[in-house]
Amino acid sequence: MRFIFKTKYSQDINIAKHNGDRFWYSLLILIMVALPLVLDDFYLGEISYICILSIAGIGLMILSGYTGLASLGHAAFLGVGAYTHAFLLTNGIPFYASIPIVIIVSFLVGAAIGIPILRLTGMYLAIATLALGFIAEHVFIKWEHFTGGNRGLPVPQPEFLGMSFYDSVFFYYVCLVFLIAAMFAAINILRSPTGRAFVAIRDSEIAAQSLGVNLGLYKALSFAISGAFTGLAGALLAHYIGYLAPDIFNIFLSLTLLLLIVVGGMGSLHGTVFGAIFVGFLPQLIAICRDYLPSSIGSQPGLEPMLFGIILVFFILYEPLGIYGRWMKIKLFFELFPTYKRQTFKKQKVFTKSDRV
Amino acid sequence: MQLIQLLIDGIASGCIYGLVALGFVLIYKATETINFAQGDILMLGAFVAYSLIGIMGMDYLTGFALTVLIIAVFGFFLDAVVVRQIIGQPAFATVMLTIGLGFIFRGFASIYWGTDIFSFSTPFSGKITEFNGLIISYVNLSIIIGTAILMSALYFFFTFSKIGVAMRASSENQLAAYYMGIPVKFIFSLIWSISAGVAAVAGVLLAPITLVDTSISLIGLKAFAAAVLGGFGSIPGAIVGGIIIGIVEQLCGTYENYLFEGVREISAYLVLILTLIIYPRGLFSDKAEVKKV
Repeated sequence: MRFIFKTKYSQDINIAKHNGDRFWYSLLILIMVALPLVLDDFYLGEISYICILSIAGIGLMILSGYTGLASLGHAAFLGVGAYTHAFLLTNGIPFYASIPIVIIVSFLVGAAIGIPILRLTGMYLAIATLALGFIAEHVFIKWEHFTGGNRGLPVPQPEFLGMSFYDSVFFYYVCLVFLIAAMFAAINILRSPTGRAFVAIRDSEIAAQSLGVNLGLYKALSFAISGAFTGLAGALLAHYIGYLAPDIFNIFLSLTLLLLIVVGGMGSLHGTVFGAIFVGFLPQLIAICRDYLPSSIGSQPGLEPMLFGIILVFFILYEPLGIYGRWMKIKLFFELFPTYKRQTFKKQKVFTKSDRV
Repeated sequence: MQLIQLLIDGIASGCIYGLVALGFVLIYKATETINFAQGDILMLGAFVAYSLIGIMGMDYLTGFALTVLIIAVFGFFLDAVVVRQIIGQPAFATVMLTIGLGFIFRGFASIYWGTDIFSFSTPFSGKITEFNGLIISYVNLSIIIGTAILMSALYFFFTFSKIGVAMRASSENQLAAYYMGIPVKFIFSLIWSISAGVAAVAGVLLAPITLVDTSISLIGLKAFAAAVLGGFGSIPGAIVGGIIIGIVEQLCGTYENYLFEGVREISAYLVLILTLIIYPRGLFSDKAEVKKV
C-alpha cells in the first residue's frame, strides 16, 4: 500500500500522483509510439479507430460521467464534426485550419443545444437528447447542399505535413497525438474549478447551487465542451470512414457511445480508453461468438443487438463501475493482500431523488 | 372533408401512440423510472400474436387475449427479476438498463422469428366503410374502439377495484402504502405487467397497419412525445397527447409542401422538443411541476 503524504494543495491536483504514475504512463506512450514497428496496417487501423472512439468517449464522459447529464443523441455531435470537416476540406481549407474550426463549431452547437434544454433534468433530458439525435440525423439527410444527403459525401484526404492520410502509419500517429492532447485537455478541465463544478453538479445540484455554482451556465458549458471533444472525434472519424452517409450517425452509434462509457466505467477517464478498446473489438468478439454458437443461431443478424443488450444489462446490474472499477478492485486486492475486504466496493444504496415537488 | 378524413386517420395512429405512452405513464407514476423498452414490448406483442394467430391458426379474439396475457406475465417477471435489482441506483442506470433490455428483445425477435415482414389475417383487414363520403377502414375503427374499451376498463380498475386503489396509493406514497399493508413490490410488478399488457394490445391492434417486423419498436420513441405532451404522469394526458401527435403527424404529412420536406417523420420529435422548452409540465400534468433549474 502506497501512502502519499500531501503537504501542498498543488500536490492534490497534480496530474501524476507519484513517480510510479509518471513511469508507467511514459512507458505506455513510448509503447504506443513504437507500435507501428511491430503491427501491420490492419491492426494500426483498428487502433486508430479505438483512439477516435476514446476521444468521443471523453466527450460523453465529461457530460454523463462527470456532470451527470445523460445524452442519448451524441452521435449528432460526431455527425456535426464529420460533416463540417468534410465540407471545409472540400472547399479547400487545409487540415490544420479545419480542425480548430470544427472544434469551435461543435462547441457552439453544443452550447446551442445545451442552453434550451438545460432546464430539464434526469429522464426529460434523456428523452430530449434522444429526440434531438433523431432530428439531427434527419437534418443530415435533408440538408443536401451541405451533407450530400443520402448520396453521401466523399471526404477529401489532403496532404498534411507532407504526408497523406491514406498512409495508415501516419493516420495512426495523427489519431494518437489527438487522443493524448484530448486526454490532457480533459484532465486539465476536470481538475480546474470548471471541472470541480461539473462534479459538484453531478453529486448534488442543490449543494452545488448553494456553493455558488451557476447551474445553467455550467450545464451549458458541459454540453459545449462535450460537443467540442465529440466533434473532434467526428472529424477524425470522417477520415477513417472516407465516405460519409447520414445513416452512420444514427441512434445505434449514440447508444454505442453510451455502452462505451458504461462498460469502461462511469466517471473515469481511464474508462473511456478501456471502453473504446472494448467497443472497438466488439465486432471481432461477436464474430468469435458466432463461430462457437450453433450455426442456426450464429448466422443470425439479430445476434449483434442481442449481445449488445446483454453486455449493457450485465454491466449495469453487476459491475456498474465498469472495467476500470474492476481494475481498481484487482489492484486494491494486491495492494492490501491479504486483508482485502469485498465490502470496500459494496454497492451503496441511495435514496432515489424524486423529480416530484 | 379532407380535413376530417385526416383527423380520423390521425386519431387512429394517435391511439397507438397513446397506448404506448400510457405504459410509460403507469410505470413513471409508480416508480419514477422510464421504461425505454416499451416499444420493444409492443413489438414482442405483435410477434406473439403473429405466432398464435398467423402460425398456429388461433381465432383472432382468443389469440389477442392470450397474447396480452403472455406479455403481461412477461412484464411482471421482467420487473420482479431484473428491473427491481437496480432500485436505488441513479436514474441513468435505469435508462441504460431498459435500453439494453430493448436491444435484447429486438435481437431475440429477429433470431427467433427472423427479419422478414410478417402479417396475419384479422377480421378487420381490408374492409372499409363509407360514411358521408368519409372512408373509414375497419382497422382504424378497431384501434379507436379498442383504445376506448381499454381506457374505460382501466378507469374502472383504478377507481373501483381494490388492487387498482392500492396501485394509486403506492404511486402517491410508497412508504405510507407499505405501512397500510400494501405489498408495494408486488404492486409495482403488477403495474409493470399492466403496462406491458397495454403495449401488447397496441402491438396487436397496430399489426394490420404496419405489419409485423422488428422496426415497429421505434414507435416507442415517438410515444415519448405523446407522454411528455400529456404531462408524464397523467393517464388521460397520455391518450390525448398521443392523439394530438397522431393528428400533427398526419397534417404535416399532407401539408409537407407548405412546411419543409420530410417534416412528417420528425414532427413528433419537434413537438416533443417544443413542449419541453416552452411548456415542460405538459397539458394534463397533475400537481407535480417539472423540476426546473
